[in-house]
Amino acid sequence: MGDILVLAEHRQGELREVSQEMLTKAAELAAELGGSTTAVLLGSGVDSFAETLAGYSDKVLYIDDPLFADYNSEKYQKVLVELINQYKPELLMIGHTTQGVDLAPALAVEMKMPFVADVFDVQVADGKLQPVRQYYQGKVNANFAFKGEAPYLITFREASLEAAEPSKEGQIEKIDSPLKEDIEYRRFVEYLEAEVGDVDITQSEILIAVGRGVKEDKNMAMIEELAEAINADLCGSRAATDAGWLPHDRQVGTSGKTVKPKLYIAIGISGAFQHIAGIKGSKTIVAINRDPDAPIFTVADFAIVDDLFKVVPKMAEKLKELRG
Amino acid sequence: MKTFVCIKRVPDTSEAEVKVDASGKDVDSSKFSFDINDADNYAVEEAVLIKEAQGGTVQVVCMGPADADVMIRMALAKGGDSALRIDDPRIDARDPLLSAKALAAAIKGQGEEFDLVLTGCMSNDDGNMATGVALAEELGVPHAAMVKKLEVEEGKIKAHRELEGGIIEVVEVVLPAVVTIQTGINEPRYAPIRGIRQAQKKELKVLKIEDLGLGEDEVSAAASLVEMQGFYIPEVVSTAEIIEGEPEEKGEIMAEKLVKGGLL
Ligand SMILES: Cc1cc2nc3c(=O)[nH]c(=O)nc-3n(C[C@H](O)[C@H](O)[C@H](O)COP(=O)(O)OP(=O)(O)OC[C@H]3O[C@@H](n4cnc5c(N)ncnc54)[C@H](O)[C@@H]3O)c2cc1C
Ligand SMILES: Nc1ncnc2c1ncn2[C@@H]1O[C@H](COP(=O)(O)O)[C@@H](O)[C@H]1O
Repeated sequence: MGDILVLAEHRQGELREVSQEMLTKAAELAAELGGSTTAVLLGSGVDSFAETLAGYSDKVLYIDDPLFADYNSEKYQKVLVELINQYKPELLMIGHTTQGVDLAPALAVEMKMPFVADVFDVQVADGKLQPVRQYYQGKVNANFAFKGEAPYLITFREASLEAAEPSKEGQIEKIDSPLKEDIEYRRFVEYLEAEVGDVDITQSEILIAVGRGVKEDKNMAMIEELAEAINADLCGSRAATDAGWLPHDRQVGTSGKTVKPKLYIAIGISGAFQHIAGIKGSKTIVAINRDPDAPIFTVADFAIVDDLFKVVPKMAEKLKELRG
Repeated sequence: MKTFVCIKRVPDTSEAEVKVDASGKDVDSSKFSFDINDADNYAVEEAVLIKEAQGGTVQVVCMGPADADVMIRMALAKGGDSALRIDDPRIDARDPLLSAKALAAAIKGQGEEFDLVLTGCMSNDDGNMATGVALAEELGVPHAAMVKKLEVEEGKIKAHRELEGGIIEVVEVVLPAVVTIQTGINEPRYAPIRGIRQAQKKELKVLKIEDLGLGEDEVSAAASLVEMQGFYIPEVVSTAEIIEGEPEEKGEIMAEKLVKGGLL
């Protein structure tokens, strides 16, 4: 009872940080439940990852097999079914990442597991696990209880906590792959790197970021004026790049770039977690949004709660005047 | 290609104040405006583009109230051929696994083979990013999630999955399959006037649990393996300095702070 399995995640030769984050949370929960933690690692040539994970977990179970050189939801699902049946954990944690969301729901259906997606915190109340998640893009929270029998399944949001320093010396166990043959119906082909544009916003000192609140392409002229006044580069939320106001390489967030400017001015951006994840390294964040409840204000240093169309032109004008 | 596309009616809460209702398990949605979920709008466009390139049909599937018909007719106006709407308050639509079960039953109940099922990758209100992949398992077919480019080949697809950092993972998946569509995959069209007129005449079937061949005990809240215990409004912890003043002044005050505070 109380044992927690955590699926480690890695890609293109790198262990992904969400693995350590989940193990940090798992260690805390296992301590409360009186169980232990096990990291599950599927890959090829991943000895060093197993060693790293042992610093965060009581045990590391890993399969080192060319069949797992690249992630494949179908193969992962087959192996996890075997491992769950064998180890019968209380909880399986999978990252709420582009990998985890491609895997966990199908596993939940196949194994009839009680499942909560995109969990950003788990509490223990009366010895029972209580996952917490958001609705309405962060405007509402909800606590959950599992009704059915363990094993339970959650996908855990990336960067919802900071990984602890490694402090364990977990036992490492290499196991044989229960999967003996490759599968035909889903095949990894290749990785393609993200587009590169004219400006590398990850290196920009001053960034002005626009979101859906800017409404239309033609309003970008007003934003450009502000940018000129302070020599800023332009970037945006996914909504802004999807709309074509900016090229895709200017998108900031989990599926875009992670930026770390001196100054980040977010204009008409609500602050979805996928966006905020990309701007946490900014030194100063100014947010302009007319919705006082917009999540962007939780990370802002300066908050302007007002209509951007009234604020931005005056701000540009004043900046030009002051900087002559 | 026989394609099904799942669309959900969602509220626009980007600027709305969200309040928990008396039940404690829902929000007061009386003041919200509703429309098709962002990602689903792209899924509809992708389905229509495939039909235009290869022939075939596009069937729209939605679980939601009669108010969703406006949005469904819009999808039909853009090129959908017919629609199914699951309308049964006994179904616990907040559980993505139960939604997937109901949607799968609706698709299977049409008695014909399908080649492709498209869903959005995330709903704006519940944001589980789970329904499409669960649906694939319910239908017993493979899937690819978060797809930002789709190439249809003979009996298979090449799906470009968008990963963290914008890296693309190309996977080949044998048809029939489920694909969850990411925003930005295409440029959704506006419904043409002529299409809107024609859409009024297209078939829109409304289905209840019994029509899905399911029992109430399979999809009601009692069937859910998890219990949402209640909504609450999270405390917005902001340490930001709030700029006060008239709207026009705020920009100027901020400008001065930036320059004089040495923030530039
Ligand atoms: C897998 C996945 C990956 C994603 N990756 C990213 C990512 O990398 N980056 C990213 O940004 N998003 C990403 N998203 C999308 C994300 O969930 C949000 O949908 C998106 O960030 C919303 O963009 P937005 O804030 O511009 O728009 P909205 O959420 O629509 O917000 C618009 C804001 O503008 C404000 N506003 C409107 N009019 C005015 C006005 N006149 N004056 C002042 N304020 C106004 C509103 O109050 C609102 O807060 C991803 C989604 C998924 C599913
Ligand atoms: N009630 C519904 N009706 C139709 N499609 C739905 C419904 N709920 C979810 N979906 C589909 O599943 C996708 C992902 O939803 P979610 O798992 O809630 O993030 C949506 O973009 C829709 O395509």
